[in-house]
Amino acid sequence: MLRNLHKIPGLIAAILIVVITLSGAVLSVLPAWEVVAEVPARPGAGLSVATLADRIAITYPGVEQIKRSPSGKIIAFYFDGGQPGAVVIDPATGVGVADAQRSAFARWMTNLHRSLFLDDAGRWAVAAGAASLLMLSVSGLMLTARRVGGWRHFFSRLRGPLTGRLHVEVARFSVAGLLLSSITALFMTASTFGLIPEAENPPTFPRAVSEQTGAIPGTMAMLRDTPVSALRELTYPYPDDPTDVFKLTTDVGEGYIDQGTGEVLIWADAGLWQRVNETIYMLHTGQGAALLGVVLGLMALGAPVMAITGAMLWLQSRRARPRIKGNTPAGQADTIVLVGSEGGSTWGFAATLHRALREAGHTVHTGAMSEFRPERYACAAQVIVLAATYGDGAAPASAKGFLDRLATLKAAPGLSIAVLGFGDRQFPQFCAYGAEVARVADENGWPSLLPMGTVDRQSPQEFARWGHALGEALGHPLELLHSPVIPQTQALTLISRRDYGSDMQTPSAILRFALPKTGRFGRLVGRGFARFSAGDLLGIIPEGAAVPRFYSLASGQADGFIEICVSRHPGGLCSGQLLSLTPGDSVQGFLRRNPDFRPQANARPVILIGAGTGIGPLAGFARANRPGREMHLYYGARHPDSDLFYGEELQGWQADGRLASVTAAFSRTDTRTYVQDALRNDATRIARLISEGAQVLVCGGRDMAAGVAEALSEILAPAGLTPALLKAEGQYVEDTY
Amino acid sequence: MKTLLCALALSTALSGPALAAPVTFTTNLSNYGGDGAYLALYVTDASGAYMGSLWMAGGKAKYYTHLTDWHRATGGDTAEINGITGASVGAGRQLNITLDLSDALFDAGYELHIDAAVEDMRDSPSEVVVPLTRAGANTPVKGRRYIRDFTYGM
Repeated sequence: MLRNLHKIPGLIAAILIVVITLSGAVLSVLPAWEVVAEVPARPGAGLSVATLADRIAITYPGVEQIKRSPSGKIIAFYFDGGQPGAVVIDPATGVGVADAQRSAFARWMTNLHRSLFLDDAGRWAVAAGAASLLMLSVSGLMLTARRVGGWRHFFSRLRGPLTGRLHVEVARFSVAGLLLSSITALFMTASTFGLIPEAENPPTFPRAVSEQTGAIPGTMAMLRDTPVSALRELTYPYPDDPTDVFKLTTDVGEGYIDQGTGEVLIWADAGLWQRVNETIYMLHTGQGAALLGVVLGLMALGAPVMAITGAMLWLQSRRARPRIKGNTPAGQADTIVLVGSEGGSTWGFAATLHRALREAGHTVHTGAMSEFRPERYACAAQVIVLAATYGDGAAPASAKGFLDRLATLKAAPGLSIAVLGFGDRQFPQFCAYGAEVARVADENGWPSLLPMGTVDRQSPQEFARWGHALGEALGHPLELLHSPVIPQTQALTLISRRDYGSDMQTPSAILRFALPKTGRFGRLVGRGFARFSAGDLLGIIPEGAAVPRFYSLASGQADGFIEICVSRHPGGLCSGQLLSLTPGDSVQGFLRRNPDFRPQANARPVILIGAGTGIGPLAGFARANRPGREMHLYYGARHPDSDLFYGEELQGWQADGRLASVTAAFSRTDTRTYVQDALRNDATRIARLISEGAQVLVCGGRDMAAGVAEALSEILAPAGLTPALLKAEGQYVEDTY
Repeated sequence: MKTLLCALALSTALSGPALAAPVTFTTNLSNYGGDGAYLALYVTDASGAYMGSLWMAGGKAKYYTHLTDWHRATGGDTAEINGITGASVGAGRQLNITLDLSDALFDAGYELHIDAAVEDMRDSPSEVVVPLTRAGANTPVKGRRYIRDFTYGM
């Protein structure tokens, strides 16, 4: 619901919002420009309107009105030889310094901004745009709060794919300005169309005047007492009309002055509504608050960025959500597949599962978790839940209300359940929502078809593995071949390989590929291999397979080559093919960014922890490190003679200061230590480094990562810290496989 | 006041064909380089006392305070221009209105005023003041600021 409130007006109003925010950003600069470039000089603090009027009258005897704009620019309107004129006045001399015509550009831009050159119809359209912007800001705020796990974490570090992060990052920067601008815009529209109380009328014209003429402004007490800084307008009486009067408007009110006696005839202070109107006008236009105007203009520029990234997010989620073919009605299906998806990618997995189950002879109904209606599942034997996690363990959009309904079920309706969680191990609450579903189902006595499974970052391999387990539970083979949208691949040619581990029956190698050529446009937009760093992922599609395997990169584009660490998996198709390459051979690969897994851009210490081929990206970080930034490496290998990847380089990097320390643990030597043992041995130093703000980067197998997290929990417990706490701050990141 | 002008001038419903005739008011605006102008056409007697309005070009009542003389005379009462309101007039454009007016309005000392106002530019009350006479018909009158010329014709 909330997401639809955000998405639908966003897509409809995107172009309109881009036009009004861009023109608004341009207009926002004008008040500041006026202050900087068009106001000749500030009047002296004591300069009165009387003195100013006298000075102007010397140069322009036909002066008929003096105006001061909120920027402090003073304009005199005059008649000279029957021709009207308007000049910007230097208050120090009363002499005109420039023509006072409002620029055609500013006028054009203003009309575009408020009415799209369509008069009242355009004003309503723009008001609709402002209303959409307001709705988007509010719903976006709430979505952001949900994403980061509550209002208290509103400004916490963001994780996830770049487009989504950019969208929220820009939103957090600009939402205050967009809220202010859209609310004031709606107020001004309402005021224009008379939908809110009018500002009070000016005081009524005096009934009786002296009918004398000849008093000059310089002698009038009221004008002598009014400083120029408070002036808005002084209008002179018509020449040769003794019944006319001077009219003065200041910051506090307005009134009439007799042109014969110089007496104030009527004075009225500005009313409340007028002040409200003026304040809102100032807040919207920045006239009289030039700095605020510029800030609002900058924030307005966020809207086009969000329109573009928002549309991209929508397209991505649309593309990721396929149509389910052959969907059996819920009442007739033997298997119910329920999908809890936020961005839409889980639907792709559901479609694959749906197809495979149908091929295996099931009748399947696939729907959103929010459509969970157990009383209607008349023929069903099992419910399979595919649940993504949104942000910090929150329910994804299409699962709204599922848990509540599940929790209120008195007893299980004779169905068994299987839960598969989708998530991202970089988040502290990996698959937390799926786990919660499994827990509540268990509490309510649902028989479990198979233990809850998890899929990290849409891994097709993990999905296929879970498929095998599901097939076993259902009593038939089940092959889940899920291929997410694969980016365009490029041929990568092997330059060199260094082999390890043959004596341990686990052949492994460091493979170095040449950088493929990137077109000029690709370089400009940083597409493909034009820009990457260690820790990003290299996707390889092995021959005879549809699904890519990912390897962490041990090099960045600055190194001039693409390097990965590969070891042979028993029965592994991809690792086998890679390890059989000889220099000159090539494979098809593509880049997938992994922006959260890399040292943060600051000067704090870094602790690198890895084992096996997981040392690859860590070596890449060390290679790219500059001496001076403290970087400590802890790694585990089997035997120094067998799989000591980067052995020589590590010594060199330690010698030139890129690595402050290197600690190794060997599991197949007499000592039989693992990397977590090495951490425990160094507990004091590690606790100190982390409490000083050091970032921890862990790469390797999942069991190793779990062991490391356990060791660090123990090490950090005295300081009151936990890996989960550090993860939430982005101070602890993992890349596991 | 309004009733007086009505009695004098307005409406074919009240006036017989012998007493009323269509009068065309043509206002040409100059290229003053601004947004559309608000124009108020109204009639005063010889002493300058407001009699009634003939036309209001410009739809938003909140801007009527800028038609200062008209506003001063009417207190901004929109009942004065009920049913005789049109769109504002762009720079360089022409406002052409035809009204059925009583013969008694001419050569009787009445004056026609036009107040003009443009956003962000100086207000121009009584930009045109012209006595309503049969002899003066079809003779263009210059405006002070925004009106290039004004003609009424019978």
